[in-house]
Amino acid sequence: MKIKEIIDLLDAEVYAGEELIDSEVHSACGSDMMSDVLAYVKDQAVLLTGLLNTQVVRTAEMMDMHCIVFVRGKVPTEEIRALAASSGIALLSTKERMYVACGRLYAAGLRGGDTL
Amino acid sequence: MNNMPDAPEKNGECIELKYLVNGDNFTSAGEASVDVKRALRELGFDATVIRRVAIAMYEGEINMVIHAEGGDATVNVYPDKIEIILSDKGPGIADIDLAMQEGYSTAPDNIRALGFGAGMGLPNMKRYSDEFNIDSVIGEGTTVRMVIYTDKD
Repeated sequence: MKIKEIIDLLDAEVYAGEELIDSEVHSACGSDMMSDVLAYVKDQAVLLTGLLNTQVVRTAEMMDMHCIVFVRGKVPTEEIRALAASSGIALLSTKERMYVACGRLYAAGLRGGDTL
Repeated sequence: MNNMPDAPEKNGECIELKYLVNGDNFTSAGEASVDVKRALRELGFDATVIRRVAIAMYEGEINMVIHAEGGDATVNVYPDKIEIILSDKGPGIADIDLAMQEGYSTAPDNIRALGFGAGMGLPNMKRYSDEFNIDSVIGEGTTVRMVIYTDKD
């Protein structure tokens, strides 16, 4: 799935990494606990989260993720956007809640991928 | 902000990277790990090895910021292994076995609200390391040493 399909499926706004929306992503995970992302994620390219701070971007960067989707209408601050831009990570925001956002992407074929 | 290293010191086959992890600012936690990740990528290490080093060190940085007002991080890069030494002058760990249990945490609520403090930090550091040791003295500080071999996944 391309990031731009995620944007369409979730009616999402793009806040960083506009140039990345044609890149392919193959799996995703949803979590508000960054330590769980660091513990269980292997090759997921997309992180859906309701947590909004710079460490979300840092966590995604450590995991080589390409795209973060903030759920429940959360809008990233300028500081978060700048960090994502410098890390090569696309930032999206959707008004959907976590469960619905994950379900929509899953139903469209974006699966959970492997865990370590 | 972390002090980024000057030119890495080359000592035989070892490259040493040193950082000061600032304990005042949760936002800057992870900067040293990002820099290590970049350095290892430039040195041509395997992506899986780089990720294991980055995660182990990042969790360690977060721990030093949460519990010890920061500390020192030294990364020794050898051809066959990467050694991470994290040293702080924090309160020390009273019961290391308990601290190693998944889910056990003494982190305050404000840290939990930031997505950490779930009691996964030390277990994650151990999970991603091939060698893992903690030395801790109450009232003096804690040193964590992790080694990741570069020739295995």
